[in-house]
Amino acid sequence: MIFSTKPEMATQEIQPNETLTNLKAESDTLKTKLEDERAKLHDVELHQVAEKVDGLGQFIMKTRRTLKGHGNKVLCMDWCKDKRRIVSSSQDGKVIVWDAFTTNKEHAVTMPCTWVMACAYAPSGCAVACGGLDNKCSVYPLSLDKNENLAAKKKSVAMHTNYLSACSFTNSDMQILTSSGDGTCALWDVESGQLLQSFHGHAADVLCLDLAPSETGNTFVSGGCDKKANVWDMRSGQCIQSFETHESDINSVRYYPSGDAFASGSDDATCRLYDLRADREVAIYSKESIIFGASSVDFSLSGRLLFGGYNDYTINVWDVLKGTRVSILFGHENRVSTLRLSPDGTAFCSGSWDHTLRIWA
Amino acid sequence: MTINTLTKGGAQREQMYCLRKMERVIVAMQDPDMGMKMRNQRLLITVIPHAMTGNDVIEWLIQKYNITEEEARHLGGLLVQYGYIYPLREPRSLLLRSDDSPYRFQTPYFWTSSRWPATELDYAIYLAKKNIRKQGELVDYEKENYSILHKRINHTWDFVVMQAREQLRASKQRRKADRIVLECQEQAYWLINKPCPGAFDVLDLGPERCNVLSSRVALNADHYRREIEHSRRALGRNRVKSSICLESFMKYSEQYLHHDPIMSGCLPSNPWISDDTSHWTINTDMVGIPTRLRVERWSFSFMELLNDSMGRREFMIYLEKEFSAENLCFWVACEDLRHGESSKIILKVEEVYKNFLAPGAARWVNIDSKTMERTLEGIKRPHRFIMDDAQMHIYFLMKKDSYPRYLKSELYKNMLAKAIVPQETKKSVFPFMRRQRHSSPSPAMVTQATEDDGKAKGAGPTGTSSTTNSQI
Repeated sequence: MIFSTKPEMATQEIQPNETLTNLKAESDTLKTKLEDERAKLHDVELHQVAEKVDGLGQFIMKTRRTLKGHGNKVLCMDWCKDKRRIVSSSQDGKVIVWDAFTTNKEHAVTMPCTWVMACAYAPSGCAVACGGLDNKCSVYPLSLDKNENLAAKKKSVAMHTNYLSACSFTNSDMQILTSSGDGTCALWDVESGQLLQSFHGHAADVLCLDLAPSETGNTFVSGGCDKKANVWDMRSGQCIQSFETHESDINSVRYYPSGDAFASGSDDATCRLYDLRADREVAIYSKESIIFGASSVDFSLSGRLLFGGYNDYTINVWDVLKGTRVSILFGHENRVSTLRLSPDGTAFCSGSWDHTLRIWA
Repeated sequence: MTINTLTKGGAQREQMYCLRKMERVIVAMQDPDMGMKMRNQRLLITVIPHAMTGNDVIEWLIQKYNITEEEARHLGGLLVQYGYIYPLREPRSLLLRSDDSPYRFQTPYFWTSSRWPATELDYAIYLAKKNIRKQGELVDYEKENYSILHKRINHTWDFVVMQAREQLRASKQRRKADRIVLECQEQAYWLINKPCPGAFDVLDLGPERCNVLSSRVALNADHYRREIEHSRRALGRNRVKSSICLESFMKYSEQYLHHDPIMSGCLPSNPWISDDTSHWTINTDMVGIPTRLRVERWSFSFMELLNDSMGRREFMIYLEKEFSAENLCFWVACEDLRHGESSKIILKVEEVYKNFLAPGAARWVNIDSKTMERTLEGIKRPHRFIMDDAQMHIYFLMKKDSYPRYLKSELYKNMLAKAIVPQETKKSVFPFMRRQRHSSPSPAMVTQATEDDGKAKGAGPTGTSSTTNSQI
């Protein structure tokens, strides 16, 4: 190995034998070595361990509410902690807050950009964040005065150099985590708009992120167009773990409720489960008849079920342990672009390019 | 025939992946041994060879993929929508009918992946042909497109008309069956690539996405050095055997099975199904008596207890009895520091030091000397994470010591005993009578109300209640 090992990696100069091709080759060699190491402790498959578990019976889930009001493709949605309100965003720049239970619209804002691909509800329920082709993430406090123009109180928090693909508040209203088409993720202080930490490591657009429900609450996972899913330390900005087994863009990542694993949905038409302690992929959820990419995934409360929204307008329900598909839900008339379980697990909401959102239970 | 997928624009690239897979299905369908049985189909008076019925397509899909009829209809429908199979009857309607309607496979020349995006020249020739063949055959939006193209590529218009005439002449010399097939094929291709405005556009794409080959990220020496460093660290990490990790998934699912409303239902009923919000009302933060499931959940893990505000309150009461409440207070204060505004960090660090860490502090926490020393040193340059070590120490102290004892305590046992198990709501006798869905106060309103209360209190007797005053 010609590469000289230096303790600090921040040197800017390239040594004569350190060409870009050499570096890339070395990186690829190490990645292969890593996969070999990971395979050594893989002594059993998930579905084998799950043989002793009872299979699931007939699965009946129906659309219980249909939210109509967006005039264009619904791209993203998020639940409020009160278990019934949601915020949704669409291609035409509209961001709407609904009481999904009554289907009433409570607030509406028109963003100055189209393709609002990210939106999030603040933990307090008093604000929403959103962004998209404007490369920014803005926070709107939810005013109850019907006459007040929400857009007037808008606060610009995050600034990326390309589109905003996802955003999420951390444990409070004071910090927002974002991912972007510029290949980075970033943590921001809402009050000052200051960048607190940036996360570099993806080799292409980052499309999704999810915060870990762990005790020490300091990590999150992101997925991107480089087919990688990266786990990050929010404090240091370092990438702790990386997984590269998908064959195409990763559109969605979501932690397993215990925080010990996460699922991903990809354009390669599969969903996969990655265990963080075993440090490897442990399950693939796929079927020959499923041709289109999975755009959005989420677990049921116990983690037994994985719901996947797909680009073929359907929602597939997977038995996480046995690896089989338990149900396929029809209803949407165009791509399912977003899917999330409600905070108490009583239902999940799906948003689609057919302009509607549906609540399933 | 196939164009290099990888260099295509980002948004097209994701579609191409699916198109390739659909093509594999189509090829399998035409396999001489395992594929579909095709025959001649009658279209009015003409006999079209190598065709199949909608039913045939669905049956084959059911057999091949072991799926239900509904799923087969859906999948087959997508194959038609994307132009891989086209209808011979009613060619403008790209739907898969589950009857004996005749369909044919699209020729690979016209596959969506082959010529995408469609060229203006090809479109112009197609429209010109239609126009020449029969006056008034162009539909409104086609007429519009035609005149737009005429202006835009006017310099090649002679070529367009010449090509159109030539192709029409050639088609006249074909047999009627072939002519019909070629017209249908071409029409299907254009219905997909230039759909009527407002109609469903299957090739509608999202915003441009870049992958590694066209990345905006600088894949320079630093990037690869970072990857190398990361891989080196990862090689040295401790891994757990799969058999141990995967067992934990079984345990977790089993433990939470009855708490998962989608798996086990919820009591008294799922609000989304019954329109009855009781399930939410009996599980609020401030409810007098909690449900049994809720109290049980506190015993699953320390995090479950702390995440439930009622659980946290109960635990605090217990700790006060044990004279170790300062631990929980310290942990809460550290959480507030970590997740609060940047501008308040210095103030909060001072408060925490004064209340919990300073010698002789009112609620002094017992941290090991090493951590204490490190923390006190760090306070000189306060930042958001300065209390992390101390906070973790106290968290694990509570988790290993106070928490297990709480679960064995009378306080917890009493809570569990008096917790309610709601009655399952009987299904309504008149199921078609929908309950009224009541709205709830917005969380934004609740906070505003508490703010307003504060203001009213401050205003005094001569404040906003002027009307009541005048009555007196």
